[in-house]
Amino acid sequence: MAATSATSATSFSIGSKISFGPKASQLLLPKPSVVRFNSQKPLATFSGLKATGSMNCESESSFLGKESYAALQNSSSPRSVKSTGRTQYHLNPQASYKVAILGAAGGIGQPLALLVKMSPLVSSLNLYDIANVKGVAADLSHCNTPAQVSDFTGPSELADCLKGVNVVVIPAGVPRKPGMTRDDLFNINASIVKTLVEAVADNCPEAFIHVISNPVNSTVPIAAEVLKQKGVYDPKKLFGVTTLDVVRANTFVAQKKNLRLIDVDVPVIGGHAGITILPLLSKTKPSVCFTDEEIHELTVRIQNAGTEVVEAKAGAGSATLSMAYAAARFVESSLRALDGDGDVYECAYVQSDVADLPFFASRIKLGKKGVEALISSDLQGLTEYEQKAVEALKAELKSSIEKGVGFAQKQSVAAA
Amino acid sequence: MESSSSQRVARIAAHLNPPNFELRREECRAKGGAPGFKVAILGAAGGIGQSLALLMKMNPLVSVLHLYDVVNSPGVTADISHMDTTAVVMFFLQVKEGENITMLNLLYECMHGLTLSYYCGVFIFQVRGFLGQPQLEAALTGMDLVVIPAGVPRKPGMTRDDLFNINAGIVRTLCEGVAKCCPNAVVNLISNPVNSTVPIAAEVFKKAGTYNPKRLLGVTTLDVTRANTFVGEVLGLDPKMVDVPVVGGHAGVTILPLLSQVKPPCSFTPEETEYLTKRIQDGGTEVVQAKAGAGSATLSMAYAAAKFADACLRGLKGDAGVVECAFVASEVTELPFFASKVRLGRAGAEEVYQLGPLNEYERIGLEKAKKELAESIQKGTNFIKK
Repeated sequence: MAATSATSATSFSIGSKISFGPKASQLLLPKPSVVRFNSQKPLATFSGLKATGSMNCESESSFLGKESYAALQNSSSPRSVKSTGRTQYHLNPQASYKVAILGAAGGIGQPLALLVKMSPLVSSLNLYDIANVKGVAADLSHCNTPAQVSDFTGPSELADCLKGVNVVVIPAGVPRKPGMTRDDLFNINASIVKTLVEAVADNCPEAFIHVISNPVNSTVPIAAEVLKQKGVYDPKKLFGVTTLDVVRANTFVAQKKNLRLIDVDVPVIGGHAGITILPLLSKTKPSVCFTDEEIHELTVRIQNAGTEVVEAKAGAGSATLSMAYAAARFVESSLRALDGDGDVYECAYVQSDVADLPFFASRIKLGKKGVEALISSDLQGLTEYEQKAVEALKAELKSSIEKGVGFAQKQSVAAA
Repeated sequence: MESSSSQRVARIAAHLNPPNFELRREECRAKGGAPGFKVAILGAAGGIGQSLALLMKMNPLVSVLHLYDVVNSPGVTADISHMDTTAVVMFFLQVKEGENITMLNLLYECMHGLTLSYYCGVFIFQVRGFLGQPQLEAALTGMDLVVIPAGVPRKPGMTRDDLFNINAGIVRTLCEGVAKCCPNAVVNLISNPVNSTVPIAAEVFKKAGTYNPKRLLGVTTLDVTRANTFVGEVLGLDPKMVDVPVVGGHAGVTILPLLSQVKPPCSFTPEETEYLTKRIQDGGTEVVQAKAGAGSATLSMAYAAAKFADACLRGLKGDAGVVECAFVASEVTELPFFASKVRLGRAGAEEVYQLGPLNEYERIGLEKAKKELAESIQKGTNFIKK
């Protein structure tokens, strides 16, 4: 890779101004990283949002309709259907769960609500926000899918939003602007998460809680503290959503190695910010060889992908569409697990003992009660690079966790 | 000054790989059998466009997705490019004249595709796309399907017709691009007022000599979606199982749901018929009111548009029996354009179906619809012809 120093006056702008800091000193040769098309490769069977494990559910493919799904199956070779060898899970057509989205009128909330509305597993979709959610609900309610949409505006309606809900998704909060880290959002988002989780504790303590609000490394510990204070904490049901890191890892690895996206699965552990995101490239399925250079480049790219989007949006927000896609996939996995599917694996940031930290992201097996098992074997047999990275991330993750816990405990002391 | 900027140009040019872009496209064509289709969304950074881009990126029939807009398309592209689905996304950013874009100044010499990929201390920025003046052409070349949600949405109190002046001009420009760069593409037109913008598009294509009435479709799927949902509510049925044909146009009384032809066959009381018809006709306004100035239907429109685009792609693929309602050039009534069920195939809207038997209520509705529709069509046609 040629390292050329840019002139100090270089500022690149797309759309509006983006200026890069004085550290700008290297230009990478762009690698055309497009998945090459080969007509001999059959169209992969579309199983909606791809998740590890069962490929047999219709999930989001419902929006294509049965004709399209059948057409795709006919056009693709039987080999493209993954058979896990285990008993195939068939979607119970009566399956119907209630999902609440807190922050449904926001950048992530709206497309997330659309994707969840399209899921055949959802019978009720409760949308909550402090403003504008009536319009979003009216909009979505016109889609001809079974989920019933209801809107709830403001703290006085929060309790009703949560009653009887099976899965609560929390994308509420403010997004990053260029130059910000996820930690800069802490002050605002920490209070938001605290308030919302208090309501969850009061109204649907048995629900699965998916926390998206950044910085996830801190907001999940905050949520845990709040639930503990209310005496309803179930560590198996509290998740920080890190699916987007997995999605990004899959995409970048597939691009780099010209693999079929539907085959690629990269576990991502640690946390959900900068260097705390650790893709275990050595454990990629299917197994691939990477040069050391590629490992470093991919790891850094995956770690900074969120920032990549913040910069590209140049002040207009952070990742919303891909985050909605990833979050919807995780919601689907949770619903399938609730429904009895025994083959649901996802990466998520949960209370954990796989590393010597109270919270850690790793692959987990999901079941009716939430986290059924932590896949600690992911932390064994790591390469030297990955070992070093794990050690490096622990310090930052630890302090983020402590920051969250400290915030929640201080608040409870103040309230007492 | 000159030499340093030409040095910068040269250095950046050294990073460009235009041949690779050309090669990649040719590779796709040469391999034949179309593993996927090339779809462009014009207006991809808008309210409908973003969610539509998300859904199209998830569609396995799409191999290439071009996102075109006048603002923010790089951000939307960077966002959805991270999704682990097959479609490859590129942005196209139409820059206004005189806009202060330093990158553009540097790159005026290099109007090719540009890959921005540079590591600056902390940030990596890797988005593939195009910027500069003739970006519409680049966005459209080689496309199989062009979806156009571009334009401004209604505010409370506005009718779709109030949008006419702004959106008519936008649609004209975009269709001129389509005529020039992908005259054989199937065009899905969403920009309101559809009753007028589709005739505008037709006139633009006629002027360019590329008009193919089978390949120009106004998207009315949202009316069908709403009809299915509301009928499902009233009858207590799963809305996915309901199918109501909706004919006529895409505004107010021009929207005519044929409840007498609903599948599964059901009968309605006169009150139910009245309620449902009104609600389906005013569905869009319902959302504009609920959003109280924050826009019009975006999510449900994206859902419907993605469904319709998918149907078009399945038709292009050669699937049989793909039938959807759409606003097309038609001989079903004396009007030049009319929405009814069409069979989608490799040529686009290959067959336009007759309306079928109408009851008294629907016959009266049809006359009202035709009256207003005739004016809207004329307005659109005149916009180009004058």
